[in-house]
Amino acid sequence: MAKTIELNIRRQDTPYSPPYWQRFSIPYRRGHNIVSALMVIREHPHTREGKRVDPVAWEFNCMEEVCGACSMMINGRPRQACSTLVDSLDQPIRLEPLSKFPVVRDLMVDRSKIFNDLKRVRAWIEIDGAWDIHEGAPRIAPETWRENYLFSRCMSCGCCLEACPEYAVEKDFVGPAALAAVRLMNNHPTGRYHRRQRLHAIMGDDGLSNCGNAQNCVRVCPKQIPLTTAIGELGRQTSLQLLRDLFGKSE
Amino acid sequence: MRRPRRVIVVGGGLGGLWSALRVAEAGYQVEIFSLFEVKRSHSVCAQGGINASIDTKGERDSVWQHIVDTLKGGAYLANQPPVKTLCEEAPGIIRTFERMGVTFSRTAEGLLDLRLFGGVKNRRTLFAGASTGQQLLYGVDQEIRRQEALGRVRKFEWWEFLSLVKDSQGICKGIVAMNLRTMDVKGFRADAVILATGGMGHVFGHRSTNSTNSTGSAACRAYQQGARFANCEFFQFHPTAMLGDDKTRLMSEAARGEGGRIWVPKNPGDQRKASRIPEQERYYFLEEWYPSYGNTVPRDLASRAIWKVVHEMGLGVGGEDKVYLDLTHLNPGFIEQRLHAILDIYRKFHGTDPVHEPMEIYPSAHYAMGGLWVDFEKDEASGGLKAGSPRNHATNLPGLYACGECDYGYHGANRLGANSLLSASFSGRVAGEAVASYLKGLEVGIEQVPEHFYTEEISRQQRINEELLKGGGGENPYTLHHELGEIMSGQVGVVRDNTTLKQAIDSLQGLAQRCQTVDLESSNSWSNQGLVYARQLQEMVHLGLVIASSALARDECRGAHYKPAFELTPPTDAYPGDPAYEVYRGKWKKQNQQWLKTTITEHATAGPRISFDQVDLSVLPPEEPRDYR
Ligand SMILES: Cc1cc2nc3c(=O)[nH]c(=O)nc-3n(C[C@H](O)[C@H](O)[C@H](O)COP(=O)(O)OP(=O)(O)OC[C@H]3O[C@@H](n4cnc5c(N)ncnc54)[C@H](O)[C@@H]3O)c2cc1C
Ligand code: SF4
Ligand code: SF4
Ligand code: FES
Repeated sequence: MAKTIELNIRRQDTPYSPPYWQRFSIPYRRGHNIVSALMVIREHPHTREGKRVDPVAWEFNCMEEVCGACSMMINGRPRQACSTLVDSLDQPIRLEPLSKFPVVRDLMVDRSKIFNDLKRVRAWIEIDGAWDIHEGAPRIAPETWRENYLFSRCMSCGCCLEACPEYAVEKDFVGPAALAAVRLMNNHPTGRYHRRQRLHAIMGDDGLSNCGNAQNCVRVCPKQIPLTTAIGELGRQTSLQLLRDLFGKSE
Repeated sequence: MRRPRRVIVVGGGLGGLWSALRVAEAGYQVEIFSLFEVKRSHSVCAQGGINASIDTKGERDSVWQHIVDTLKGGAYLANQPPVKTLCEEAPGIIRTFERMGVTFSRTAEGLLDLRLFGGVKNRRTLFAGASTGQQLLYGVDQEIRRQEALGRVRKFEWWEFLSLVKDSQGICKGIVAMNLRTMDVKGFRADAVILATGGMGHVFGHRSTNSTNSTGSAACRAYQQGARFANCEFFQFHPTAMLGDDKTRLMSEAARGEGGRIWVPKNPGDQRKASRIPEQERYYFLEEWYPSYGNTVPRDLASRAIWKVVHEMGLGVGGEDKVYLDLTHLNPGFIEQRLHAILDIYRKFHGTDPVHEPMEIYPSAHYAMGGLWVDFEKDEASGGLKAGSPRNHATNLPGLYACGECDYGYHGANRLGANSLLSASFSGRVAGEAVASYLKGLEVGIEQVPEHFYTEEISRQQRINEELLKGGGGENPYTLHHELGEIMSGQVGVVRDNTTLKQAIDSLQGLAQRCQTVDLESSNSWSNQGLVYARQLQEMVHLGLVIASSALARDECRGAHYKPAFELTPPTDAYPGDPAYEVYRGKWKKQNQQWLKTTITEHATAGPRISFDQVDLSVLPPEEPRDYR
């Protein structure tokens, strides 16, 4: 018998309808990743039993693991579909949408909470305007640059949030990705001017203190972002800030 | 009280976000439309870097040299005043990115680091680790988020632009867009519209380094409503892209720069693993054909050589469209350090290790130099762009602007590496400022545009959806896209010829018909990706026709457009000053007289209508042909 790739896919037609499973079988080809396998299915949308069905809907854009679009559960683990090679997986491969976000359809979910949380923690640098100020760039020690760079690659894919036991759409915890963004902004030469506001944004009930330090987040981040290091640093920063707030020292 | 003027920006890549930022900063309301969260736009794919002459490497690099390299690299086809200002303001753009929080890589003493990029002599390319485009986009994305929090910007993510709405005088007054989740089609009013919808690599099928958002369909829709395209025959093919069924992934020039060698087995039937093929049975064709440059010839020459070896000599590896890019002879520690990003991508996506096995690569559609035609106003005093002129980046449709990869400015017949992150950002900034000036001069507000202009356009778009959903024709849109890719990559690609181009146009016309009768068989009205794809496919086929027709019209070789039947080669062993060379120079100038013109395409029912426009050569008149010897 010809070699095949077997996939079990959890499907859902609308945000309001119940989920169901379908089994697909496509011809084996070396080098397939989950996105290219799903492309075969959308071109020939037949279940293993030969029934013609609606093509499976999913999200992807860059296909290079840099846009963050294609996150899904692959054999029970949150991952990027584009960079997961079929040859590295046990079959039948199980594909499910991320469970922490509302399903839009099939493997597509609504991750707008991620972006709202970036707003909540004020993950930006305040500039007067996007024009030239005719001043050279500040010097930055290569070591500092390297540390910051690690954090600046967060592509808002949501894998860490899926893995975090404290994170849920109904809950207000901002989650590790937004916390790492605060760490990054607070270490920028002028971003640090507004450190206090960002720290206050994560000092409330739904901020940093919700993290139970389960470390799940770091383990799944496709970009190996040292999330718990960031959370540790922020712990120290918020403690100091708390003291400053108590004794009324302005920064 | 008058409502503040409102601007719609379609596209959330570097171009779109920069323009939105400048419009918002000018005090106007902005609505950004994007196919998905703007942070996921194709701009994040760029790894290499962004050019700006800051001369911190003791090489006496200058802004003037950046201008010269850009113009010559583009074979003089770009209008020169915009290029002049682009290069002059590049260092300022970098400084602004720094303030937004972009972490450019630093030297040991903490200064902005620079690297060397293809086609130039001096180090001029800034980079942020191995993910420059991502870092740049995130910088502007953060600022946009801040504007959003301030209530000046509103995002419509998961909305696809379908068409423009024009008033009775043909002035652009809004758009019709489709919600990609509910599939609702709606009209949106705006005093001005900016298109920043990126490239069109997917017209060449899956043999493209582009992200899926790069279909060119938005620009093509504007074209069919009267916007002009320019220079669409100029498409850059990257010589070294890693093969894949879903897309081809860029292996940067650095691989050749650090000593990578390109070869094919001399015997195309050779079944052995690459590493088992002895040295004397390998054909290092670049080294043989270009002894002085060898493997580091510029992109276009490398692409053509690979094409020749595979298509004319039949030497593709295993009879397929591929050749080897070999690093295995290099010191593993050295390449691990210097080429880490490439090794990483190849291992991750191909599953084998280039340290031990040669990579398999092939030229791939990478960057569209052509796109929507945009105007500019020259500042007579400086010879550059007139700052704040409402003409800058305006299309020929009043009220419609374009910036980023979807416009045609800056790169002429070929783009220098690392110049397009710059042009996307710069053009976004200029377009935003131009729109702010345009709004100042605007008398009638959008409130006064009668509703029926919107409702009519909405109905027209809904009818297109209904027709497609009816189906019954039996065609599969995904299969048709592969066919489109075969035609475009095979017949309108790296090497062109008029007979083949005519065949391609015939095939594309046939394909256009078949695209009308696709079977979506999708009963679901929620997030119907098949419908979206089928619509984009129609535009891509249309764009294919525009590209092929423009290519047919240009009987010469210039930049990325290569038609060997009309090639003008310098005499061997003759150099400037020699009579034989001066005869050649004379022929080259004559060729410029006839062909150094912008190709303009306008939509007509019978097919693309082509004409030619003068190029502004006021900064650096063309005197020297390009010479690679
Ligand atoms: C692999 C690769 C590497 C590259 N590396 C470099 C490099 O090192 N240096 C360099 O200078 N350049 C590089 N480039 C080129 C550069 O990345 C692009 O030219 C540039 O990012 C384009 O930016 P943009 O804003 O025009 O478009 P994009 O970033 O493509 O954004 C397009 C936007 O338009 C939206 N959109 C499209 N259609 C619609 C529609 N119908 N309705 C609503 N929204 C729509 C999308 O949602 C998206 O937000 C590279 C390109 C590739 C492919
Ligand atoms: S360490 Fe904190 S943020 Fe990370 S998974 Fe655990 S609880 Fe969540
Ligand atoms: S921190 Fe990592 S896992 Fe979390 S969103 Fe960012 S890239 Fe994804
Ligand atoms: S498609 Fe962009 S991360 Fe997978």
